[in-house]
Amino acid sequence: MRYTSKEMMVICAARKIRNTDIVFCGTGISVLAAVTAKCWHAPGCTILFETGAVDPSLEDLPLAVGDPRVMHRASAFCSLAETLAFLQNPKTARHVVGILGAAQIDCYGNLNSTRINNGESGEVRLPGSGGACDMASSAGRKIVFMKLERRRFVEKLDYLTSPGWLQGGNTRERHGLPGPGPCHVITDRGIMEFEEGSRRMVLSRYYPGESVRDLAARVEFPIDVESSKEAFAPTEEELAVLREKADPEKLILD
Amino acid sequence: MDSSDSKIYSLAGAISRFVKSGDHISLGGFTINRNPMAAVHEIIRQKVKDLHLYVHSNGQGLDELVGAGAVRRVEAAYCGNGRFAPTCICFRRACRDGEILVEDYTNHQMALRFLAGSMGVPFLPAMSSAGTDILHQQGFDKEVRNSDPAIPPAKLEVMDDPFARPGAVADRVVLVPAVNPDVTLIHAQKADMYGYTVIEGLTFSDAEQVKAAKKVIVTCEEIVGVESLKKRPQSVAIPGFCVDAVVEVPFGAYPTACYRYYDYDPVFLEWYRKTAAEAETFSDYVNGFIHGTGDHDEYMEKTLAGKGASVLLADPDKGYSVRIKRKS
Repeated sequence: MRYTSKEMMVICAARKIRNTDIVFCGTGISVLAAVTAKCWHAPGCTILFETGAVDPSLEDLPLAVGDPRVMHRASAFCSLAETLAFLQNPKTARHVVGILGAAQIDCYGNLNSTRINNGESGEVRLPGSGGACDMASSAGRKIVFMKLERRRFVEKLDYLTSPGWLQGGNTRERHGLPGPGPCHVITDRGIMEFEEGSRRMVLSRYYPGESVRDLAARVEFPIDVESSKEAFAPTEEELAVLREKADPEKLILD
Repeated sequence: MDSSDSKIYSLAGAISRFVKSGDHISLGGFTINRNPMAAVHEIIRQKVKDLHLYVHSNGQGLDELVGAGAVRRVEAAYCGNGRFAPTCICFRRACRDGEILVEDYTNHQMALRFLAGSMGVPFLPAMSSAGTDILHQQGFDKEVRNSDPAIPPAKLEVMDDPFARPGAVADRVVLVPAVNPDVTLIHAQKADMYGYTVIEGLTFSDAEQVKAAKKVIVTCEEIVGVESLKKRPQSVAIPGFCVDAVVEVPFGAYPTACYRYYDYDPVFLEWYRKTAAEAETFSDYVNGFIHGTGDHDEYMEKTLAGKGASVLLADPDKGYSVRIKRKS
């Protein structure tokens, strides 16, 4: 069965979503992962947008979290302040799985979505945190989506917008951040995790057909690939759910 | 109250009365939803300058104000239009060229800053941003902060929980300063003549932004009778005493969406992305479409080039248009 790397990313993220999760998602492939999980193995999960829409039907996919499509057949509406508080309220936070993307990531999973320094051609402004730093600071679990490219997996971020494991070890705790750092980084070629203790990024899975050496070369910092294994390819059923139920118009998959 | 207490204004009248150059203003809505666009265009028409702008996640309204040179400072969490402009176009150029100063916060921090302003407290604690550059880097230097008494002397402050038991590890919080804008502008679906305002669908932080402000302009799709709101007070998000001006502007959020009334205009937003990419073409847009039109009706007519807005009208069940083509 043929599939694209984008489909593989979505399905790998969907597999991490559990039936009792509150899935805090943005637009693009993160909402596809949430809808795929909900239509497949986690029908009980609750999809939550930072704009305050709780569990909408998403029969038409939103192109921004402020898109009125997040409001259709929602189960509840909350204000921005209420919604983002669910990330830090201990009763709700432990159920929250946050899915976020960024322009740059470092070896501890810290993220930059604020600005890129392009040397002589100057600084390129990006949109900023939005709710990403809030999610990265507090939520129970976080999954990061990134394209595996050297300019993205960098030694040093141009700006630290959203905290990962900060400088590794227990630095998150020392800074007083309430939740853990990210658990997975899902890329278009493989999946990374963070080593117990040091909290440095390691390669955990490579997608079928990818070479481990090639993956490591796409990361600017040294990365341990020794214990990585091949990821399971998407099943026909998973692909059918994604293509036919989550994004039948191919708004995001194309 | 009787009709002599009415707060109904024309849009031009409300902007000239309440918005002055140098003011600190905040805009309601979220990225491509319910931005007070008619009010934004009128601010540009009246050549208001040097604004200090507060938003949480704003897109179109912020970008047109910045592109038109009306803004000198921004405090924000997110400046983008989703798929239509992952980073706001004029905003990016203005940052590159040093035309605006930007202070970065998170969405929750901005929402809490408006909430603090609405509560009359000087600050609130947040749990986000320890260890990040949001906490450690400053967009406004000391000189800027000292130059304007409405800007607090610090961006954020870290504090240990003063209620922690002696000997226990105290939780650490990040304090965010209250925002009390000179003027907040929002666009809502309905309001009455006294300013009681109904927001259908998500409210974002609009109610807090309104309650935090010294003056408030509500533009709305329809001004409705006082009695009609008294029948459903639970739908009223904002009491009239928070509001200074009510302006009826159908399609007042266009080209952004207004739930249950109309959708965002993907054709315009795509065109805007290309037009805003160069300072010259953007300036042609401002001169031709904003300065070249007298009011929002004329702006709509020119923008839609005779095609009409019927394709954007919301489906009564879904609350957005089922006829627009969203695939680029």
